[in-house]
Amino acid sequence: MTAAAIGVVATGAAIAVGIRKFSDTGDATSRISTDAPHWVLHKPSQRTMFGKSVLINRPRQEVFDAWRVDRFAEFMENVVSVEIEGADVARWHIKAPAGREVTLINRITKTDPGKAIFWQSDPSSDIANSGEVRFSDAPAGRGTYVTLILAYSPPGGELGRLAAKLFQREPEIQARRDLYRFKQLLETGEVTTNASPSGR
Amino acid sequence: MRAVTWQGRHKISVDTVPDPKIVNPRDAILKVTSTAICGSDLHLYDGYIPGMRAGDVVGHEFMGEVVEIGAESPLSIGQRVVVPFTISCGNCFFCEKQQFSACDNANPSETRDASEMMMGHAMGGAFGYAHLTGGYAGGQAEYVRVPYSDVGPVVIPSEMPDDDVLFLSDILPTGWQAAVNADIERGDTVAIWGCGPVGLFAIQSALLLGAERVIAIDHFPSRLKLARDMGAQILDYTQVDVREALDEMTGGIGPDACIDCVGMESHGFTLDNVLDQVKAQLMLTTERPHALRQAILACRKGGRLSIPGVYGGFADKFPLGQLMEKGLTVKSGQTHVQKYTDELLDMIREGKFDTTSLISHHASLEDAADMYRNWHDRQDEYTKIVLKPALARGVVQTRDQLAMA
Repeated sequence: MTAAAIGVVATGAAIAVGIRKFSDTGDATSRISTDAPHWVLHKPSQRTMFGKSVLINRPRQEVFDAWRVDRFAEFMENVVSVEIEGADVARWHIKAPAGREVTLINRITKTDPGKAIFWQSDPSSDIANSGEVRFSDAPAGRGTYVTLILAYSPPGGELGRLAAKLFQREPEIQARRDLYRFKQLLETGEVTTNASPSGR
Repeated sequence: MRAVTWQGRHKISVDTVPDPKIVNPRDAILKVTSTAICGSDLHLYDGYIPGMRAGDVVGHEFMGEVVEIGAESPLSIGQRVVVPFTISCGNCFFCEKQQFSACDNANPSETRDASEMMMGHAMGGAFGYAHLTGGYAGGQAEYVRVPYSDVGPVVIPSEMPDDDVLFLSDILPTGWQAAVNADIERGDTVAIWGCGPVGLFAIQSALLLGAERVIAIDHFPSRLKLARDMGAQILDYTQVDVREALDEMTGGIGPDACIDCVGMESHGFTLDNVLDQVKAQLMLTTERPHALRQAILACRKGGRLSIPGVYGGFADKFPLGQLMEKGLTVKSGQTHVQKYTDELLDMIREGKFDTTSLISHHASLEDAADMYRNWHDRQDEYTKIVLKPALARGVVQTRDQLAMA
């Protein structure tokens, strides 16, 4: 029974791979260009650049105004503190695996009021990173699409990335979860928690 | 406090655990007065729901008295409330559309990832039902923390006893939504698979929503009797070929709407179900959807299929071609409890629902382990169990005693 089932699964997988190969043989120049955002194109399996969008059911200006350095610690789980270093430069203290702490020094390179914020790390930053956060109107009064695009060089290369992932502090996971916390805070006034007793 | 905890497959225990605390401003804490064991708790008991962790406090059908409130809770100390099993923020896109069980904020950031991977999008939040739906402690306990206490809890007038209103937490709105989803039209025959508590409320709801006739299918005599008492015609699938019977009762066209109140652990000794049982044992499938397959084949062309029954993953031998060729409309989902509670509370008060005759036992919270076993093993006798933290260990009130009281 089990062996037969595995056989069926294996055959199915082989057919699926065959279909994919067949469809990939089309002439690249004849492909139609896609309307997908650039950060989802040619997605490598080991990503150091990613983007994530969430729908926040609040007006765009309110959402933009809430994305402020002094509120980051409210919804960014691993941010210990963010200090203002001067015009547009901030020093971030972030929890890292194994009880360590890393420091990011990020400079805001451009702000489109109500629409987008772009940043780039200074060479003295522990992790080289750059990114942008975009705010756009969702249709028909549904609120605001918030998109966070983040590129970074993992400290310690792939091993460091894997280790961070094991501790759930990998930037992609962390940023995704922080975006949801930002949404919770703006929509409900609270950061959601399941804090409750158990028999453990 | 004392609480019912899940420890593993077929292992329920009653333990002393820390008391819940107010964490967020919209929270409230209840002292639980009544809490029922749900059919879907059996899926946890049987180990079919992924994302349970040993020590989790279970229970999602409960009511009680408000004993503590956060700064922004509109409730007041001493109020009696019934709490929907769905945890819903009331502010997100889904809650605004009254799709409360799809709430996009109730499932915390840390737990939503796993369900997003499984389902395509993160599931909503629920009490006492695994970490895929948020990992919240449940209400089979002396006390429970209720998030968003301004959205869910229904304040109950003092003259209404617990038994009359407890099922507003889940099974009454679930049966009601199942019937609403069947889009019942004048003259309709509605077939309902499963005469458990949800099925019994779906029967009453379908009749209230204008069904000409409801035909209920099960094999436990006591459950079929309850179904008949609530106005359904009944079929015992161990005595008749259900599809043939349904055709013969509808001039050969089949029921206009079919409701699957069974879910993932279908009974019945048929070839497809025996194969499903074997595969489930080998962990090759999570679903045993015999009732659903039968409902699809039985339904009339262009008819409606409503699925309140709980499923968890992928089903084998699903009659997709039949679904398409017959042009069925399918509606399903966890219940948007908050959408219906006010209306249903009024209907209970007007005497439109029989909410109590399905209750077969009151028992102490301390005896929860025995009660789960009975609920699992003796389904004919145990049609609905309500645990009362105030009852002393070993005290059990049966249906006959409850009727006398």
